Parts: sequence; C-alpha cells; structure tokens
Amino acid sequence: MAEVLVLVDHIDGSVRKPTFELLTLANRIGEPSAVFLGAGYSEDARKTLADHGAEKVYVVDSADVTDYLVAPSAEALAAVVAQSSPAAVLLVSSQDGKEIAARLAVKTNSGLITDATDVEASDKGPVATASAFAASWKVSSVATSGTPIITVKPNSADVTEVAGAGTEVRVDVSFSDLAKSAKVSDVRPRAASGRPDLGEASIVVSGGRGLGGAENFAVVEALADALGGAVGASRAAVDAGWYPHPFQVGQTGKTVSPQVYIAVGISGAIQHRAGMQTSKNIIAINKDNEAPIFELADLGIVGDLFKVVPQLTEEIIKRKS
Amino acid sequence: MRVLVLVKYTPDLVSDRAFAADGTVDRAAVDGNLSELDEYAVEQALQIAEKGSDVEVTYLTMGPAEATGALRKALSMGGDKGIHVLDDSLHGSDYLSTSLVLAEAIKKAGFDLVITGMASTDGNGGVISAMLAERLGVSQVTLAGEILSVDDSSVTIRRDGDLASMTITGALPAVVSVTDQTGEARYPSFRGIMAAKNKPVETWSLADLGVDAELVGLAGAGTSVESADRRPPRTAGEIVTDDGDGGIKAADFLVSNKLV
Ligand SMILES: Cc1cc2nc3c(=O)[nH]c(=O)nc-3n(C[C@H](O)[C@H](O)[C@H](O)COP(=O)(O)OP(=O)(O)OC[C@H]3O[C@@H](n4cnc5c(N)ncnc54)[C@H](O)[C@@H]3O)c2cc1C
Ligand SMILES: Nc1ncnc2c1ncn2[C@@H]1O[C@H](COP(=O)(O)O)[C@@H](O)[C@H]1O
Repeated sequence: MAEVLVLVDHIDGSVRKPTFELLTLANRIGEPSAVFLGAGYSEDARKTLADHGAEKVYVVDSADVTDYLVAPSAEALAAVVAQSSPAAVLLVSSQDGKEIAARLAVKTNSGLITDATDVEASDKGPVATASAFAASWKVSSVATSGTPIITVKPNSADVTEVAGAGTEVRVDVSFSDLAKSAKVSDVRPRAASGRPDLGEASIVVSGGRGLGGAENFAVVEALADALGGAVGASRAAVDAGWYPHPFQVGQTGKTVSPQVYIAVGISGAIQHRAGMQTSKNIIAINKDNEAPIFELADLGIVGDLFKVVPQLTEEIIKRKS
Repeated sequence: MRVLVLVKYTPDLVSDRAFAADGTVDRAAVDGNLSELDEYAVEQALQIAEKGSDVEVTYLTMGPAEATGALRKALSMGGDKGIHVLDDSLHGSDYLSTSLVLAEAIKKAGFDLVITGMASTDGNGGVISAMLAERLGVSQVTLAGEILSVDDSSVTIRRDGDLASMTITGALPAVVSVTDQTGEARYPSFRGIMAAKNKPVETWSLADLGVDAELVGLAGAGTSVESADRRPPRTAGEIVTDDGDGGIKAADFLVSNKLV
C-alpha cells in the first residue's frame, strides 16, 4: 500500500492533537507516515506518532525550519515526497500548514485542496469534503495532477489509536538561499489560557459587542469554565480590544464546529456565521429578538445576557455537583 | 518602487452564492465586488505610496469581464493603473493555474513588492500568496497583521500566528499578504471615483503572457469537483423570551440533550 504523508504539527516536539486526526484519516487512504520538521524531535514524539499508526517517521531536524518562514518547511517536505512517492500528503489547515501545502503544490505540480473536513478513499484517489460560502455548501473534490495535497481542519476525525512501526528515517536537506529569504525574529509565544483549544473544544462560549467591555468577558469565561469549554469572541469584541485576536471566531478568525456553541451578545453577521455555522447545537442569548443569530439557534433566549448567562452558569455548577 | 496589488472580484458575501453545474463558482448569478479582504491590501499599498517617494501602485486582477469592477473600485481609492488578465479559457482555474497566470502577469508587469489579501472571500484558500512567492522565487512575507517597515531593500511585518506573534523580515522583491488586522480601508472619495475613470487599465490575454491555454481553466486544473451540494439550511429552533428563568431553560436544554 502506498504511503500517505502527514506533516506533524508540534510545539517544540510536543505533538498536537490534529496530527493524530490526520494519521487516522491517512490510515483510510493508505499507509500513514509522519514527517517531523524542526527542532525538538525526541523518542517520545516518535512513540506517540507510532501509537497513532505511523509506519515511518521521517525526521528533518533543523533549526532553519523555525528560523525562516514556511519556505524551508516546504523544501524539506518536498524532499520527503521525492524519496517516498506518497499517495497523498495531509497537513493541518493552520496558517503555516496551508502555506507549506501551497508551496509544495507548486514544487510538485500537484492538485491542492484546502480546509477539508473529511477525507475518504475512492477509485479516483482521496476524496476531500469541504464547506463553502460560509458553510452553506458542501463540496467534494479530488486531485487530478501530481500528488494530492490536502489541508484538513482540526476536529475533522475521531482519533483512533492503532500501532504503527514508527520506523525513524532521518532525512538530510540542504536548504536553498531562497528558502532562507524571510527571517523570523522576536517570537512572542501567547500565554496559555488553561482552557481547551478553541478549534478542538466540544463546547465554545463566545462573546460579542453586547458584552459592552473587556471586564465583562468574565461572564463568558465563567460559563465556559463551568462547562469545561473554550472562549471565543466576535470580531467586534476583538476590534474593541476586549479579547485577543487568536480567539476570534469567523471568516477571518477560527472556524469551530463544536457540540455546543453559545453565542452571547453576538448579532450573527455573515462573517461570524462562516466560523460557527456547522456547530452541532447552537444556543444564542441576545436582547434583540430580530438578531439574525436566532435564525440558526437551536435554542434562542431573548433577554439580557447579564441576567441569563450568570443564571445558566450557576445552574450548571449546581447540577454538576 | 513598483508596488503591485492583487485584487480579486468575488461574489457579494450577503448574496445567495452558489456553484454552477460544472462545479465552478457561479459568478454570473450574483453581484460581485472587490473582495473585502483585498481592500486591506489596497489600503496598505496606498499608505506605502503616501509615505515613500516615487512609488507606483498598479492593481492586477484575473477574472471575467466584470472583474474590471475590482480594478475600478481600487483605482477610486487611489493608485495609478490597472491590469486585467481576461481570457475565456481561464474559466474554472484552480489554485495551481491561477497562481501560474498571476505569476506570469506579475513578471510581465515588473515589481518590487506584491501585496495580496489574506484570502479570497469566495474560495477562502489563503494560499495564492505563498504559491506566488514560490513561483517567482522571491521572499514570502505573509499574513501581516501590521507592516512595520518598508524600504528599497526589505520589508518587515508582524505575523500573528496561532501560538505566537513574530517579526518577519524579507529582502525585496517580496510577496506580502495582509490581514484584516492591518486597519480599515479608506472609502473612495467623489474625486477619487471621478479620477479613476481616467486611469489606464490594460487588458492582457493568455497569449500576451505566453501561457498555454491547456495549462489553465478546467482543462489545466490540478483538482476536480466531484459534487457540490447546498446544505439544508439550519432550521431555527425554539426561541423563548427570558422571564427570569432563561438561564434555567438553557441548562435544561443542555441537560436534556445530554450535552453536559
Ligand atoms: C472583512 C471582514 C471580516 C470579518 N470577519 C469577521 C470574523 O471573522 N468574525 C466576526 O465575528 N466578525 C467578522 N466581521 C465583522 C462582522 O461583519 C460583524 O461586524 C461582527 O461579527 C459583529 O460582532 P457582534 O455580533 O459582536 O456585534 P454587533 O453586531 O454589534 O452585535 C451585538 C449584539 O449584542 C446584543 N446585545 C447588546 N447588549 C446586550 C445585552 N445586554 N444582552 C444581550 N444581548 C445584547 C445586540 O442586540 C446585538 O445583536 C468581519 C467583517 C469584515 C468586513
Ligand atoms: N483571480 C485573482 N485575481 C487577482 N488576485 C487574486 C486572484 N485570486 C487570488 N488573488 C489574490 O490572492 C489572495 C489570496 O487568495 P486565495 O489564496 O485564493 O485565498 C487574494 O486575497 C488576492 O489578493
């Protein structure tokens, strides 16, 4: 069976959950192999990739991958593609993942599919499903030239643990001058919130302009914590400086698809919907009964968020104990 | 300095956007606009022109006849001229072929800095900029939340990643993409709209670019759409007015649906 390469998404060697989702999907369409780029590779990383089905773990251990933007990663991945002739390459649909995929597609003259939410085998090769037009359409496509390159959104598959051999394969890459043309400096990691990752959480509570101020995000955070969920924000709340940009949900923020999405003081503009429309259950709390968010809500509560949300939080805490 | 801004003409976000029977975006059925996210690229280019001396701003679009609308809108905000790559065989081009054609047009136009939006509002790919840097063999300085500085030899941006914010510096020539964090775009003034009517717009065909028609459009695409279906619209659920027990009702909903 042909190999399917999965680019490992990791922070300093610690492998992130979307990688396991990709290995699970890769298993459906071929024999999964992981490609680890950058510094921080360890036996732990190899083992956890093997435990999720990786037959081989290709390793390009080079600081160039983090010292320069995207281009070295694409060169390294292209080198692994050249030596393994895979049936497909899967990457996480993150900023970096998409841009690495983009350059790899040019290098290998391959069909590129972005933001897939499912990947399945077919006699035409892997079929990728993706949403379009603020999630109002569903599109399935295949790659018809080169090696199918597919970026997959986080949370698109249930992770299964299957043992793979996890054979380590070291790959030496000498990077071109061009790959080192955009230098990364002054890296400021974001402070961890202690809450589940927005893209992966099964419950998301988002706050909008209706909160009226940064300090009132405490109301949203308290509900999220009672539910063990993540916190999100509308762009209006982010633009006002009430909550940081990485938490923005929508067209130019994150796309989330949790079990439960609770929109608090959010009107439901098309750009916001684009990021949350595929949530399994939507609860909206808004004082304006004509707010468009109610068109998608499974449960809509017309009322003052400052009354409804604290009551809900209290009720959840009570019922949980 | 020659600044080339890539502007795409995309279906209006609030219209009923759809796919045509051949799996391509239906561009005829609904009104289009300069992609909202490309307005940020136009704005940044105009700010660079205002700060520097001898900066020429050219807009480049590839798309059907209506796509001149994107050029006119951009020209009414400011800038010098437009280039429209127009050719019937481009219909159905995917990332691979779009980036090929844009790269050839960029080379023909000549550039020091290419500025693009963060993603098209129709495809939402966010990949063309990286593909262009690869094809052109120049620095990729993408997803700028802020352009920190530009001079004749380099460009420096702040890139806000998921896990960290960082500074990226690349030598010119470079491809820069900008996010909607770079600051609101200006509105065209009445004078700007009038002036735009007299700014030159050139139309280039594939032959002008020396690109083989086999490499573009549906024929040259590296991907093929197998099916495109409208999702059933979400049906509105129960809407209740808070009578002092709204929070309890929400808790009931979560518990009875086994969501907590
Ligand atoms: C290029 C572009 C990209 C964009 N990308 C995004 C994106 O990624 N994500 C995004 O969210 N938006 C995005 N937007 C912005 C979007 O168009 C809306 O402006 C934004 O979503 C509005 O945020 P909001 O719902 O919080 O604010 P508003 O629309 O102002 O709504 C606030 C709501 O709060 C309600 N409210 C007020 N007080 C209370 C109270 N006490 N109790 C209950 N309810 C109350 C009001 O009734 C109102 O419905 C984008 C826009 C553009 C142009
Ligand atoms: N057909 C096009 N004409 C001009 N610019 C384009 C075109 N397609 C994409 N772009 C540019 O590339 C950016 C990213 O596009 P995409 O990768 O399709 O999301 C857009 O914001 C535009 O600036």
